[in-house]
Amino acid sequence: MITYHSIQDILELCEKEQMTFAQVIERADMEERAVTQEASYAKMQSMYEAMRHADATYDAKLTSASGLVGGDGEKLRAYNEAGKNLCGDFLGLVMEKAIKMAEGNACMRRIVAAPTAGSCGVIPAVFLTAQEKLACTEEQMVAAMYISAGVGAVIAENASIAGASGGCQAEIGSASAMAAAGLCFLQGGTNAMIANAAALALKNMLGLACDPVCGLVEVPCVKRNVAGAVNAVSAAQLSLAGIKSAIPVDEVIDAMRRIGNEMSPNIKETGQGGLATTPTAIQIGKSL
Amino acid sequence: MNIFDVVGPVMVGPSSSHTAGAVKIGYISRKLLGEQPVSARILLYGSFLTTGKGHGTRKALVAGLLGMQPDDARIPQALTLAEERGMQIEFGEAQLKEAHPNTAQLYLQGQEGRSLEIIGQSLGGSRINIAEIDGIETNFSGDYPTLVVHNQDQPGHVAEVTSMLSHKGVNIAYMQLYRSSRGGEAVMVVECDQEIPKEGIDWLKKVEGVKKVTYLGHDTEAMDKGGTAR
Repeated sequence: MITYHSIQDILELCEKEQMTFAQVIERADMEERAVTQEASYAKMQSMYEAMRHADATYDAKLTSASGLVGGDGEKLRAYNEAGKNLCGDFLGLVMEKAIKMAEGNACMRRIVAAPTAGSCGVIPAVFLTAQEKLACTEEQMVAAMYISAGVGAVIAENASIAGASGGCQAEIGSASAMAAAGLCFLQGGTNAMIANAAALALKNMLGLACDPVCGLVEVPCVKRNVAGAVNAVSAAQLSLAGIKSAIPVDEVIDAMRRIGNEMSPNIKETGQGGLATTPTAIQIGKSL
Repeated sequence: MNIFDVVGPVMVGPSSSHTAGAVKIGYISRKLLGEQPVSARILLYGSFLTTGKGHGTRKALVAGLLGMQPDDARIPQALTLAEERGMQIEFGEAQLKEAHPNTAQLYLQGQEGRSLEIIGQSLGGSRINIAEIDGIETNFSGDYPTLVVHNQDQPGHVAEVTSMLSHKGVNIAYMQLYRSSRGGEAVMVVECDQEIPKEGIDWLKKVEGVKKVTYLGHDTEAMDKGGTAR
């Protein structure tokens, strides 16, 4: 049986079984769900395809139930197209795709929870941009999806991927680490670099509160998807350049769990603290 | 943890608990009713009540009652679709004591006259729990083919059900028993690894002392596309 409970387990299995990072995750899935390689691969590819479809069918005319969200993806696209992009082609597109996907979610469109609906923009923003700009093959993209899923599964087991139990670090933070690991692979990073990229990304997100205005997956969630995606790209680049996280990824995940446990319930998706209790947020609540 | 609970599911936003989980509660309630619902009284509690509107929880529950799955792009139009189908929908506030914060209480009437009262909880990440059926406590996720038998609390009913399942080659994954009082109403919840053949279910319905049999099959049922009100 191929099973893993930490990123270190995955790295050791890669060595021992002479498999890639993605193959370890794929094999474990086949064994756990008792499915063929074709079935596992097809399911993962369908997740990526669903992300691509959601991105391609973004609708700038939609607004969310509260009226707080909608149309910002189009503003960013227009700004980028006008040649004013400060961040460069790659990052500009990542930002645009992240906000579009998160907006689509708030407007009741079909998305892929990765790891959650509130953080659904991070991974597709990074991966779809990578495929467009780095000319990655479909097989490489599915491998990157497996890598991100493996990192997410380890975080889910040892910390949390739910805002209600771990705050936003568990949602956008996890998504960012998952995306960083996948992107690092797509740019040719070694297994150690992939693990390191996840550590670098997650460290920047530790302690992040989940304090949505009126309890809705809108403010600050939508724009925070942009931050998570940009953070993932920078973490992958740091790792590829050979810059190491002083704290290994499994220890960062442990720290994330402990921080989550120490956070007040007011900032864990209850809408009773932080941004949710600002005068403006209270005013918005009255007008809903 | 299944990696497709980490990357996935594909779902209509914005919230896995308040939208996708709510669709599942509606869908499972419909399957348990066993026929097209013609009327539904939907009472919401806790966070479902206070933030449900912004999360589309009401639409999601109705979408499930119409037979939609959490990834159905028509979820936002569910209330209109229900109206077109002549389904009577009424929303209200559930009067429950210390329930799970994401709870919905549904009273359903079906076109063939069956009725069902159900309490569903959305636990987060689109996982759900059916906490009560017709006033009796239960505890199941709907992730397995599930048989729910209401019977008189008397000796022999568990043996009848399990021998039928064994006869049909169906393996039991989990089994729970509940009753209102000794000799009163009892409920058996049996979660299985395989589908239970229809003749097994039909046979159970005729057994003396069995009051009601509900079965949640896993064959995916497509919403009938006709759109005609019945």
